[in-house]
Amino acid sequence: MQEFETVIGLEVHVELLTKTKMFCGCSTAFGASPNTQVCPLCLGLPGGTVPELNRKAIEYTIKAAMALNCSITEEITFDRKNYFYADLPKGYQISQFFYPMGTGGYVEIHLNGSTKKIGIRQIHLEEDTGKLLHLGNIISSPYSRVDFNRAGVPLVEIVTDPEVRSAEEARLFLQKLRSILRYIEISDCKMEEGSMRCDANISLMPLGSKEFGNKTELKNMNSFRSVYKGIEYEVERQRNILLEGAEVTPQTRHWDESKGLTKAMRSKFVSADYRCFPDPAIPPFDPPQEWLEEIRESIPELPDSRFTRFVREYELPPYDAEVLTGSREMADFFDAVLTLYNEPKNVSNWIMSEFLRLLNSTNTEISECRIKPEDLGELLNLMDKEVISGKIAKGVFEEMFASGEKPEDIIKKKGLVQISDENTLSKIIDSVLEGNPSSVEDFHSGKNKAMGFLVGQVMKETKGKANPQLVNKLLKEKIEK
Amino acid sequence: MNVSKKEVEHVAALARLALSEEEKILYTDQFNVILEYIHRLNELNLENIDPMTHVQQLRNVLRKDIAKGSEKELVVRILEESPGKEKEKGFFSVPPVIEGFEMEE
Amino acid sequence: MNLYEKTAYDAAMALEKKEVTSVELVESVLGRISEVEKNVKGFIHLIERETILEEAREIDRLRAKGQRSSILAGVPMALKDNMCTMGIPTTCASRILEDYRPPYNAHVTEKLQQAGTVLIGKANMDEFAMGSSTENSAFYPTHNPWDTNRVPGGSSGGSAALVAADEVFFSLGSDTGGSVRQPASLCGVVGLKPTYGLVSRYGLIAFASSLDQIGPLTKDVRDCAMVLEIIAGNDSRDSTSVPREKESYSSYLGRDIKGFKVAMPKEYFQEGIEEAVRESVMNAVVLCIKLGVEVEEVSMPHTSYALPCYYLVGTAEASSNLARYDGVQYGFRAPDQDNLIELYLKTRSQGFGSEVKRRIMLGTYALSSGYYDAYYLNSLKARTLIRQDFENVFQNYDLIITPTSPSPAFVRGERLDDPLTMYLSDIYTTTANLAGVPAISIPCGLADGLPVGLQIIGRPFDEGRMLQFCFALEKMLGFKGLKPKISADGVLKDVS
Repeated sequence: MQEFETVIGLEVHVELLTKTKMFCGCSTAFGASPNTQVCPLCLGLPGGTVPELNRKAIEYTIKAAMALNCSITEEITFDRKNYFYADLPKGYQISQFFYPMGTGGYVEIHLNGSTKKIGIRQIHLEEDTGKLLHLGNIISSPYSRVDFNRAGVPLVEIVTDPEVRSAEEARLFLQKLRSILRYIEISDCKMEEGSMRCDANISLMPLGSKEFGNKTELKNMNSFRSVYKGIEYEVERQRNILLEGAEVTPQTRHWDESKGLTKAMRSKFVSADYRCFPDPAIPPFDPPQEWLEEIRESIPELPDSRFTRFVREYELPPYDAEVLTGSREMADFFDAVLTLYNEPKNVSNWIMSEFLRLLNSTNTEISECRIKPEDLGELLNLMDKEVISGKIAKGVFEEMFASGEKPEDIIKKKGLVQISDENTLSKIIDSVLEGNPSSVEDFHSGKNKAMGFLVGQVMKETKGKANPQLVNKLLKEKIEK
Repeated sequence: MNVSKKEVEHVAALARLALSEEEKILYTDQFNVILEYIHRLNELNLENIDPMTHVQQLRNVLRKDIAKGSEKELVVRILEESPGKEKEKGFFSVPPVIEGFEMEE
Repeated sequence: MNLYEKTAYDAAMALEKKEVTSVELVESVLGRISEVEKNVKGFIHLIERETILEEAREIDRLRAKGQRSSILAGVPMALKDNMCTMGIPTTCASRILEDYRPPYNAHVTEKLQQAGTVLIGKANMDEFAMGSSTENSAFYPTHNPWDTNRVPGGSSGGSAALVAADEVFFSLGSDTGGSVRQPASLCGVVGLKPTYGLVSRYGLIAFASSLDQIGPLTKDVRDCAMVLEIIAGNDSRDSTSVPREKESYSSYLGRDIKGFKVAMPKEYFQEGIEEAVRESVMNAVVLCIKLGVEVEEVSMPHTSYALPCYYLVGTAEASSNLARYDGVQYGFRAPDQDNLIELYLKTRSQGFGSEVKRRIMLGTYALSSGYYDAYYLNSLKARTLIRQDFENVFQNYDLIITPTSPSPAFVRGERLDDPLTMYLSDIYTTTANLAGVPAISIPCGLADGLPVGLQIIGRPFDEGRMLQFCFALEKMLGFKGLKPKISADGVLKDVS
């Protein structure tokens, strides 16, 4: 049975978090009513042909290029990409065809315990198109509506080398890319909102071969999960074709989420020829060296460096480090807790279990969360000092999450301080032993479960506040008498 | 270097122009006359010459990322005057877009 | 002398001295229009009479209070119909924009409005500024006031004819390959193409972004300087408009031109020039020498490549700039189309005339896969060489003198069958657009009763000295004041 190698190249589009569009001062705020964030320029009105370049958009693109280890062009120029579509108001898109802003970079992904670099062929800046909306079914709708709010929004396009080898690698790449871009705060990378989009070029070739096979371009994958499933499906589809001895038709395919398969797209009216040429209306830009330095310096510790530091300095297992550095906010939070409570593994465990659980179940972002790093630090401190037990602490944490109150205040308010006084506990244990003679007998006849039951009774009496280790010790002593 | 009728058809399609048969023949002939005149550019030695992509020496014209006020009345007027306006409020509208969508399988 | 025969400056002085009111100027011009416009056909759209008069009255009112916004306040003018005028149809002489009313004003429209000049109407032109005779207008051709069987030139033929026929005191045109200068030459008026970037293109409906410039068409050089003063200057809405100090061009007029060094490139006196044109221009050269100007022959070796270069660069940019005319957001939309592709095909095929289609296709071809390097890229390289020719000459010379057009006005219909012959009308004018340098055409004589134009090309932003030179030369040439004797019945009376 012939084996095949999968060859995938990804094209990712990311909307930048600038306040205005690329060539005009229209707002880019999300959620506006249709055609309210437009002007003669981005609508392509006659006479409205003179664009003004947004400095922030360039800054963000350069920042991204640097964060992805790319070389930056000395001169920044823009070109026109000409084609006709209803969501393209001018009949051309301003992009960077000849000299993309960044080239020759890479992204690291961690796979099966090792690190792999996925090459970034190029990163460039371009303007987004408007949105085409269909009434009901695409084929049968009487007309399509166009909303140009999005037309002209700055978009960064990131193209990888064909070095992605599986759906899993694609998913890991996207996660890492998203993490990096969110770390440097140039985009919120939300696939569900469309601020991050991914297309894949997929082909198969026989194992060991040097020649790439015919590729298909896969579009319409609107979440990380879709990307994974779409690629998986397409690879399998191509594999079956090749196994039959047939050739894969190079074409564009569309991922159908509901049916779980890819479909060929209707061929275009005429084959694409974008006739790119340098836009004569946009003067070239020479980024000053000092400005480039400033941008480079503004890049925070990126996920990979942070990961390495967490593993090395804090001696955390890679899995923990990966989760903690998944987002900048999480990593920042972690670092902040450590300044007050320096037990990395404890903090890591707590964050990965309790904290993440609460964040995910309530769909809260860390930035919105009420718990401050110092409060978690304090809570863990209190646990260490045995002021409260672990179990109580979980409850306190949930309360902290809901109300934003400090742990000390919650403990005081609810009287949750752990009972560790031997005398007090002794008395309670005695009373429990007296009240449960049958259990005591069970224990003596070898039923160890009885011990658990008795401990449970003590905890019940003390409303969970008894120091469990102490209870166990004292109970054992007493019962064995 | 002759331009064929087929090439003229292709170019017309790229430019979204529908030509009649007579027009295709006429334009093909005219193209060839014009292009022959244009071919005198081949007399020039252009090997080490930089292309003049921009007329001026002007460079580095950038804008701050500050939102300007919304031009609501302007846009309302534009929408009102747009073709297809009778169809929807707030949207431009076009006849069905069938290009580039999935085929029925 | 009728009021409408005055120059803009003389009219302005008369207003200043309270010899005349703006209303009277307007009435005079409207009267003239009703007399001759049917034979000239220079306008696409005339503003309503009452609107114009009300504007004039307002200016008179302000003047009475001692306020006037500029020296030309109250003077009637026209704008070429590719310059946006808010709420007033701006058609580019095309069916595809037949009912288009821009929601804003072009920069030059605003400037002239602020200066208090009075807009009489929008001038006819070749469709989308593509042409050299105004025969490509989708509506009707304009007639040359000197001989109504002949063309006024193009693409700003309407703007030039209106000034020549005294229907307005001045107008604005746009020049991409000679479209202000060539009609000026054919109609016996002054036409200036400023340095690229001097006048903001905001609101000018683009043909070729790297070549288009807006310029005045006037009855004499002084008027030209005054209008230029109003429209020139940096505009933050046009990132290709150059930030420069405002200049007073009229302050250059009257200064001596002795000692100016003028170059005469031999290449402009070879291919295709008619003998009568050569003679007329050479006579002017002789006069220059009499004025103490040094004139020397030079060579600008890449001149003959300008036209081929222009028809690649210009058409390529146009094919892109005109892609937005698709019937989606504005303008004409072919009715009852089943799908988007049909919409594009029908709208564009019905909405565009044949010259526009020809150029769009030529430009598309020049940019297309497999041809980009051989055509478009090479033309950009040729452009560099053409500009270098100018840079080299301007090392040693102040100005360049050439004929504007190889022939005087030709008969309507004569060049329509062969596009190439039509394109050759621009043989002397396209170089200045490609190099981005300023150039002006002034009338220098008559050939068989038809005006001949002389072209002066200058260094970037040297409009002041160009105007200085032309002002002095104009006095000697004696053309000023010569008028086509067009009358109500269109018959040409004696031409002196």
